[in-house]
Amino acid sequence: MSRRVMWILAGGGLLLLALPWLAQAMDESYLTTTVTRVMILAIAAVSLDLIVGYGAMVSFGHAAFFGLGAYVAAILSHHFHLGDALLGLPYGIGGSNELLLVMLLAMLVAAVVAALTGLISLRTQGIHFIMITLAFAQMLFYLFVSLDVYGGEDGLVMSGRNHLPGIDTADDNQFYYVCLLALLLYVFLARRLVNSPFGRVIRGSKSNPRRMQALGYQTYWYRLVAYVIAATGAALAGVLMANMNEFVDPGLFSWQLSGELLVMVILGGLGTIYGAVIGASVFLLLEILLSAYTEHWMFFLGPFLVLVVIYARHGLFGLLQNRARRND
Amino acid sequence: MTEPVLQTRDLSKSYAGLQANRNIHLQLQRGEIHALIGPNGAGKSTLIGQLAGEIKPTSGQIFFKGRDITTSAGHARAHLGLSRSFQVTSVFDDMTVLENLALAVQAHDRHSFRFFSRVSQNRRFNRPACELARQFGLEQYHAVLAGELGHGEKRQLEIAMTLAGNPEVILLDEPMAGIGPGGTAELIRLLDGLRGQVSMLLVEHDVQAVFALADRISVLVYGEIIATGSVEEIRANPQVQQAYLGDAC
Amino acid sequence: MLLLIEQVLNGLQLGFMLFLLSAGLTLVFGVMNLINLAHGSFYMVGAYVAATMIQHGSGFALALLVALAAAALCGLLVEVLVLRHLYHRDHLDQVLATFGLILFFNESTRMIWGRQPLFMQLPEFLSASVEILPGVPYPLYRLVIIGVGLLVAVGLYLLISHSRVGMRIRAGASNRDMIAALGVNIRWLYSLVFALGALLAGFAGVMAAPLYAVESGMGESILILTFVVIVIGGIGSVKGALLGALLVGLVDTLGRAFLPQLLQGLFDSSSANSVAASLSSMGIYLLMVLVLAIRPRGLFPA
Repeated sequence: MSRRVMWILAGGGLLLLALPWLAQAMDESYLTTTVTRVMILAIAAVSLDLIVGYGAMVSFGHAAFFGLGAYVAAILSHHFHLGDALLGLPYGIGGSNELLLVMLLAMLVAAVVAALTGLISLRTQGIHFIMITLAFAQMLFYLFVSLDVYGGEDGLVMSGRNHLPGIDTADDNQFYYVCLLALLLYVFLARRLVNSPFGRVIRGSKSNPRRMQALGYQTYWYRLVAYVIAATGAALAGVLMANMNEFVDPGLFSWQLSGELLVMVILGGLGTIYGAVIGASVFLLLEILLSAYTEHWMFFLGPFLVLVVIYARHGLFGLLQNRARRND
Repeated sequence: MTEPVLQTRDLSKSYAGLQANRNIHLQLQRGEIHALIGPNGAGKSTLIGQLAGEIKPTSGQIFFKGRDITTSAGHARAHLGLSRSFQVTSVFDDMTVLENLALAVQAHDRHSFRFFSRVSQNRRFNRPACELARQFGLEQYHAVLAGELGHGEKRQLEIAMTLAGNPEVILLDEPMAGIGPGGTAELIRLLDGLRGQVSMLLVEHDVQAVFALADRISVLVYGEIIATGSVEEIRANPQVQQAYLGDAC
Repeated sequence: MLLLIEQVLNGLQLGFMLFLLSAGLTLVFGVMNLINLAHGSFYMVGAYVAATMIQHGSGFALALLVALAAAALCGLLVEVLVLRHLYHRDHLDQVLATFGLILFFNESTRMIWGRQPLFMQLPEFLSASVEILPGVPYPLYRLVIIGVGLLVAVGLYLLISHSRVGMRIRAGASNRDMIAALGVNIRWLYSLVFALGALLAGFAGVMAAPLYAVESGMGESILILTFVVIVIGGIGSVKGALLGALLVGLVDTLGRAFLPQLLQGLFDSSSANSVAASLSSMGIYLLMVLVLAIRPRGLFPA
């Protein structure tokens, strides 16, 4: 990566670090929650980039794991506040309000669901994989629509955010830093993952699966593990989203959200991790900026996306890198 | 004579009634370079595919080091020490030469579920990869993307990857195809240098290369092996001359 | 029994409507190798134009014609301005660009027609009921949809397997380079196929307008079903699209109609209803997963 891109990333990082103060100074505190939302979706987008960008597994159902994570948080909090047991078990597990524990459980649930659905999905390829992942997400969507105990179509309100030792999560500024830390940590781990021996196997399976087999790799299992890992990332983001809104509804599983996550990743540039963060930020900030000027912001965002596809071949991050390379 | 390292017994493959391979008895001795020649459509690629585990035989058996591997999957055979190259060069175009080789070396690790360490700094993969690059004259291309290599160098990389993990047998599917006379001479020299280090089943159209390299030759015509023998024996065999060499020369 | 016949007819009606949408989508996919998420937009355009014409006192036939022309024109414009640049691109690029087109079309309809859904009155001659069996009335309009769907299926079959254009389409689907070598003007052929697909989608939109609310975003809910259809049928196969569409139509309709009763034996009625509702919504996705688990490339892989 060129020095200039490093500077831009570092500058962005500094800005993120100082944002709550700036927002308060400018008396625009909604900025803090807006950027919190961007960062949470960026985590989900990064997790999607792991499989789409590096493994060519184009999932159109990634929101399923985002929704699962969110619902795990909301359901555990629901039972914690009611003081009863999960699933009406006589002396089973109760709810929980500990953020870290909730995250762990949410990732576990997403991992199990991803492993089961991935076993079937990964038998297919290309558009079929796109559609089968969509199908599983739709099933979860309808499952939660029908779960009347947890609010069905109307969703479930959380009575306050989860607890994190030493931090007042109810304070938006402190919660902002929790999410920022989560994003930085997740980007770091994702970069390590794609540059690990495992990551190279995933890249190889994308580029030339037949050769991978001939070399002695059983690519199916590596791809499945990658799929599971990506799902846990989305679940993590889901937990944070539930906490931020203190509310979940089946819309979190919707194919629209899956589509938007995909758009963020492609917009930013596939297979770079940083691109996913940039894509999520630009997509959401553009949405917010445009909607400040016109109610019909989609009328402008749509053609913008088309132009990006036609003129910026490797997404916005690719554009940034190319410009930097030309100037160096 | 010692037991062959790779042999087939009555190996047959038919596609919808069409016999691509019929009752193949092939024996690859340890350390030999065994060439498989035959006209187009004789079933050479089908045979390689069956030996490598990509094509399921209709009947018959395959033994590798005395062990029946007829039903083993391709990746399992690679781990046993049976490695193959592809007729159409098949490398990882978006990775550098060194990454290609290191990935080939890494395949022989017990597993690659290692999620945190930096693979680019893994000396266990890089050292053998550098050694292979040196052996195949690719040192100056370490950091070049495989997709940007010339045709000849790509083919050398292809074969170098086949040798990662020190296999006992390599199956080379038309390694000389389309690389020009200079590249062919270079490749003959490289393969000759491997003699004794690894047993080789060489499918090749270039008769000069085959005569230069092979210890023994088998001739495949219409899915059947019609003759096996030394270079001299095959040259002198009237059946072969009529069926193959006649129309090839 | 009577209920069953009625529901089967309803299922067929939904199936044939889905077929109108999927035929174009699967052709575009098979011939141009293009994923077009904006296919539902042509459906929406057809519905809006027809509903508006009728509201302004136009006759049904004229409204239908204008709507078809509008949908085909939109398709042509989209192909020439945008998609033409994307045929050789990655599927992901196509997903992103056509997602952008969806946003554009949805917002445009909101700007033109507002946020309130439109409702389209059926002309009198179509709003009658017919007795399909003695004493069993059934809405004529739904039968008309079935009939129209059948006609289009036959028409497409004739077009694709018995005409020169059809021969080129088939050749284009199986071997792009060859057809270019034969000197066929690919650009023209692609535009034609695309406009035809858009026209069929618009047709489905007109047909749907009297049955469902005409609103912005209506294209996407049906688009998902359409994708399910072509994936089940096998991408690029019109025959597969027909079979897939009928399967999806029947499974969806019959599931919604009969699951609640079936489940009432197992649960008390309120939870049976909610379980049945979610199960029957899931039905087609279960169907798709089953089909793909057994045949990863669909029923009739092209």
